[in-house]
This record gives sequence, structure tokens and C-alpha cells, in this order.
Amino acid sequence: MSDAATAPRTSSSKTFLLFTLVAVLFIGTGFVQSWNTALTIFNMGLISAIMALGVNMQWGYAGLFNVGVMGFVALGGLAAVLVSSDPVPEAWAAGGPRIMLGLYLGAMTILAAILTYTKLPTGRLRAIAVLVVLIGGYAIYRTVIDPGVEAVESVDPASTGFLGGLGLPVIFAWPVGGLLAAGAAWIIGKTALGLRSDYLAIATLGIAEIIIAVLKNEDWLARGVKNVTGIPRPVPYEVDLQASEGFQGFAANIGADLTTASTITVKLAYAGLFIVVLVALVWLSEKAWNSPWGRMMCAIRDNEVSASAMGKDVKARHLQIFILGSAVCGMAGAMMTTLDSQLVPGTYQPLRFTFLIWVMVIVGGSGNNWGAVLGGFLIWWLWVQVEPMGLMLMQGITYFMEPGSPLSDHLLDSAAHMRLLTMGLILLLVLRFSPRGLIPER
Amino acid sequence: MDVLNAFVALANFVIIPATAYGAQLALGALGVTLIYGILRFSNFAHGDTMAFGTMITIFGTWGLQAAGVSFGPLPTALIALPLGIAVTAALMIGTDRIVYRFYRENKAKPVIFVIASLGVMFIMNGIVRFLIGVDDQRFADGERFIIRARDFREMTGLDEGLAFRTTQGITIVVALIAVIALFWFLNRTRTGKSMRAFSDNEDLALLSGINPDRVVLVTWIIVAALATTAGVLYGLDKSFKPFTYFQLLLPIFASAIVGGLGNPLGAILGGFLIAFSEVGVTYAFRKVVGYFGPEDWQPEGLLQLLSTDYKFAVSFGILLIVLLFKPTGIMKGKSV
Repeated sequence: MSDAATAPRTSSSKTFLLFTLVAVLFIGTGFVQSWNTALTIFNMGLISAIMALGVNMQWGYAGLFNVGVMGFVALGGLAAVLVSSDPVPEAWAAGGPRIMLGLYLGAMTILAAILTYTKLPTGRLRAIAVLVVLIGGYAIYRTVIDPGVEAVESVDPASTGFLGGLGLPVIFAWPVGGLLAAGAAWIIGKTALGLRSDYLAIATLGIAEIIIAVLKNEDWLARGVKNVTGIPRPVPYEVDLQASEGFQGFAANIGADLTTASTITVKLAYAGLFIVVLVALVWLSEKAWNSPWGRMMCAIRDNEVSASAMGKDVKARHLQIFILGSAVCGMAGAMMTTLDSQLVPGTYQPLRFTFLIWVMVIVGGSGNNWGAVLGGFLIWWLWVQVEPMGLMLMQGITYFMEPGSPLSDHLLDSAAHMRLLTMGLILLLVLRFSPRGLIPER
Repeated sequence: MDVLNAFVALANFVIIPATAYGAQLALGALGVTLIYGILRFSNFAHGDTMAFGTMITIFGTWGLQAAGVSFGPLPTALIALPLGIAVTAALMIGTDRIVYRFYRENKAKPVIFVIASLGVMFIMNGIVRFLIGVDDQRFADGERFIIRARDFREMTGLDEGLAFRTTQGITIVVALIAVIALFWFLNRTRTGKSMRAFSDNEDLALLSGINPDRVVLVTWIIVAALATTAGVLYGLDKSFKPFTYFQLLLPIFASAIVGGLGNPLGAILGGFLIAFSEVGVTYAFRKVVGYFGPEDWQPEGLLQLLSTDYKFAVSFGILLIVLLFKPTGIMKGKSV
């Protein structure tokens, strides 16, 4: 990956060209479809680019294979709810302390089990003791928490039925999302790092599914499949803009329709916030990779044995970067939920939130931050646009068929699945013919 | 009598379903473990391979049903199964030629194979959704039950009924036949032995004149057969839905790893371990325990350790425990 001798010095002009191409794609979308669509895709592209940066930290710079991106993204979404939703005092009164106590006891049980395991001598006695602690602790945990959960979930279930959040500005949720994801990554990393790389993959795949299952089922936490909607925004609402006189004057000045002007302004405001985060992250990562720390990471990735012979703690460094990368994904998840203003656990699909991010990193260029960013924008644009393209293709194919025939209907219905095929094809083609990606590592 | 009733309830809700599910997982895990042992990578496309094979079998079933062919009391899908296997095997061999062979010849790192399998997963997922759609398909026909709950009650005079569905019986029988055939093949035939040799030590195997292309070819055919069978049995037992098959990847991988990646016996053991834990932990034991107490006494809670939605957590929990304490799996992750 890092043979500097073959890296062409002209790579910066190629990078510029590729970014220009992507810019043309987005501007073209603006002219052909609408600026609103272009900005919608662009905002999600920014978030995708941040997710790709996170995966690139793990894969490109440490060779860690994380296929649980979806879980970390969903944790970020949870953070958005927990930080910015209004607290529900009735629910807290009904069962809040009970749930908190239950969670505390649950955590204590695990701690006690770990202590028992480490303190007692090896043998049958230890196994039995750990088992007793775990089963007893679980029974206590359930007896404490169950009535609390029931009480909270029965508080006006149609509109709340959960504990609510802290009611803070949603921006605070972004770092919190990163922290939550980092915590989950710590648990996974502690267990699966240092083993065969496949194990980390399976472990992350598993934790992602579990996080989604928790989000779907623990109604007291974030309403489960009833979804949390109306998460406060960091930017003004369209209706408020339309009502304000200053904005009406501004819209009239630039000669735009009031509704269009307000939606575009809101989207631009989001884009501004996201760009700040993206630029900061890229700057930080670039600084980090060009520091002694970054060179150490590359050394570990390229040859673990010799790096550890030089006294580098490979496992600790892997854990560190795994946590960092996951935190970036968590932050992107919080930003995404902020953009959507809602948390819908049912929409988290591994193909969309884990494997698509992987396509972005591989296509963009693993081991290169700019590559990851480019891949994020390019693949996201394709992911959105392939569907209408597929539909057009299908309409072309079915043009000569009898309208309404089962085959033609089936083909038109199936156009939506073209994007999976296309993504798989792109991934395989890039992996085969340009394995270092569009912007290879320098 | 109460003890008997409790046992029947347990058999009805835990033992029989878990055995069937375990057999399905074991077949799936055998495929994963064979690929790992011989081609040396974790195949993420395995769930979608199962879905593809099942889809072809469903098409065959529909064709047969339209032609008026039936298998008497058994599901028609069993007649269509060889077709599903053949088409899936062709697809696997084609995929290997187009995708994996290149990396094998270049001696690429295992993780590159895994990423390539992600690409294959996308494409196969797309093909399946494209051809059959994303909805639930039920394709089991023929006799539904071997033993009906009511007949069982009348026969034995117990309060609890025991239902034994045809699909569960077929699952167990077919899985047994498949496993016996696989082990006979691996241990008794020349090709099977060369596969084991290849898996144990590639260099030595090559040195002793084993044709690697042949080994790889046979592996893919066996994997296609195992995956299709596992998929069809799961679909008959429950229902066919592409996304569910994709999600089966986790319990299947967990089974293979828990048993020891690359070890076929371990894969079978792991499959049953995961299945029994999953069903056992998510089952509400209230009824079973109720029979042991005094008259009319039933515990207040459901005595369900986890809600059924957390079944992933079970496979995952077992996986974590095994990874922490015995990373090579229960049966030592020795090769085939």
C-alpha cells in the first residue's frame, strides 16, 4: 500500500480533477433536477464523507476490518435524542429513578462478575461463583428495572412513553454521539482486537445488530419503533424564515420564490455546519498522519511484527484507532439524525450504513483522507441517482413491451434494486483494476 | 404427570424448534467453515448464496406446481432442490472464475477476499431482490404436520400438546443425510481426502500433485449444495425473505467460530449450541416451571430471559464468551 516509489508526483492534479468532476456532478444535478435535490444529496454526501473518514482511519491506517458502522451510526442517532429531546417529567416521576437504579445494578453485576473472575483462583469454584453472580445480578436487575420500564412506557404512549432527553441544543449531541460510539468500540476492541481479523469483523457485525435491536425494543429509551420525531434543529425552520420580514426582503431582493429560498437557505445552513466538522476532521487527520504517531500507525499496519519488535504496543494502538474511527462514525450518525430531525430505528440497514460506507472507502482510496471524502460524495451521489437511472433504463427496456404485462410491471418495480447491483459491480471493478482506489495513498 | 407435561411443553416449544433451527444453522456453518478451511476467507456472501439457491428452488417449485407435479405428503420443493443446487453451483463456479480466482493467483491477503465477497454479496442480494422481490414467500406444501397437537393430547391423555411439523422432520432428516454424505465424501473419497490435505497444508498438498483448481471447484459445488439445502430447509420451516437470509449471516458465523473455524464437526456442534441457546434464552419458561409448583401456581413473570427480538444478542454473547476464553473455538479451529 505504501510503496512511495511508484506514487506519481502529479497525484495532486489528479485529486483536483476528480474533485472537480464530483463538483460537476452535483452542480449538474442542480441544473437538471433542482438545487433543492442537489443540496439534499450534498448534505448527506458530507455526512457520508465523515463516515468514510472514520472507516478509513480504521481500515486505511490500521487495517482493521469494521463491519459494524451501522451500529456506531445508530448510537450517534440515539445521542441526538438523549441530548436534545425535551425531558418528560411525568415519565421520570413514574419510573425514572427505578430504571436508573436498575441500570446501575446491571453495571455493578458485570463489574462484580469481572472482579470475581480476576480475584478467585482458577477452578470450578470460580466458574460457579461467576455464574451465581451473573444469574443473581440479572434477576435483581430485572426485578428492579421491569416495573420502572412498564411505568415509563405507559406514560402517554402515543406521544411520549419514554424518558426524553436533556433538552440541550442538538449540536451538543454530536460529540456525545462520538463518545457513545467510542464506548461501544472500547468493549468490542477489548474483546476482538488481537485475534484474527475475521473475528473483529464478525464481532462488529454482531454489535451493530444488537444496537439496532436495543433501539427498536427499548421504548423507554428512544420510543423504539414508534420513532422519535421533531428533534430540535440547530438551524431555523422554513416557516419561521418565511414569516420573518428580513428574509422576505432578502428573497425579494434576489428575486426568488419565498418557499424555495427558505428551503435552500436551511439546507445551506446545515451544509455550512457539516462542512465545518468535515474540514476540522480532515485537518486533524492529516496532521495526525503526518506526525510521528501517524508514521507509527503505518509502520504497525505494514509490519506488525517489526513494529512490536521496535517496542510499539500494537494492540493498544489498534484499540486507540478503532475507538477514534468509531467515534467519528458515531458523530456522523448524530449529525445525520440532526439533519433528518428524527430517529427511525427501522431504517438502519447494514447494506446502506455499513457496506455502502465500505464501498466509499475502497473506491475513494483506502489510506487517503481525501480519497475517503471523494468516495463519500461520489458513491452517495451514485447511490441516490442510480435509482432514477435504473428506472429510466427499465422504461427503455419495457418501451416496446405491452404496457401492463406482468413482465414489464415486474421490471419497473425492480428498478429500485439496481443500486445494489451497481454498488457491488463498482466495488468489484475498483478492487480488481484499481485496488488502491481513485486517490491512492501517498 | 406434571413432570411429563412440563417435558412435553419443553419439547414442543424448545427442543423440536431448536433442533430444526440448529440443523439449518449447522448446514450453513458447514459451508462457511469449508470456504474458510480451503479458500481461507470468511465469505460474507454466504447468506445471499443461501437466498439465491432458495429462490431458484422456489421458482422450480412454482414450475412443478403449475405443471401439476407434487411430492405427495412431502413439499414439492424437495424435488426442485437439485435444480436449485445445480444453478447455485454454476453461479458459485462462475463467481470464482470472475472474481476470486484473480486474487488467489495473486496470493492476495485474506481480507481482500473478504472485501471481494462484500461486492459479491451486494450483487447477489441485488439479483435476488430483482428476480423475486423483497416480500415474504411461503412455498411449503404437502402435509403440514407429522403429529398434531390435538392428536397427541388424545393419544397420550396429557394436558400439553406436542406438534411436530413435517418441515421440522424433513429438516432433521435431510440435514442428517447431508452431513453423513459430506463426512463420507471428505473421509472416504479421493477428492475429499485431497480437499482435507489442501486445507491442512496447501504447500504440501500441491507438492504431492493435488490439482488446486479441482479442489476449489469441488469446494464451491459442495458449498452451493450445503447453502441451498440450508436455505430451502429454513425457508420451508419458516418463510423465505431475502433480508432474513442476509441476517442469518451472524448466527451462522457465530456457529462456525464457536465450533472452531475450519472444523466441520465444530460447525455442527456450534450450530446446535447457538440454536438451543437462542431458543432457550428467548423462550418464556412460565408454563414449564408452572407444572412443578403446587396446583394453580404459576410464576408471575414470564420467566423469559430476553425478548425474542434479542436473538442476535444470544449468538453474539456466546461468540464473545468463546472469543474471550477460547479464541480457536470449542473444537480447536483445526482445518478440515
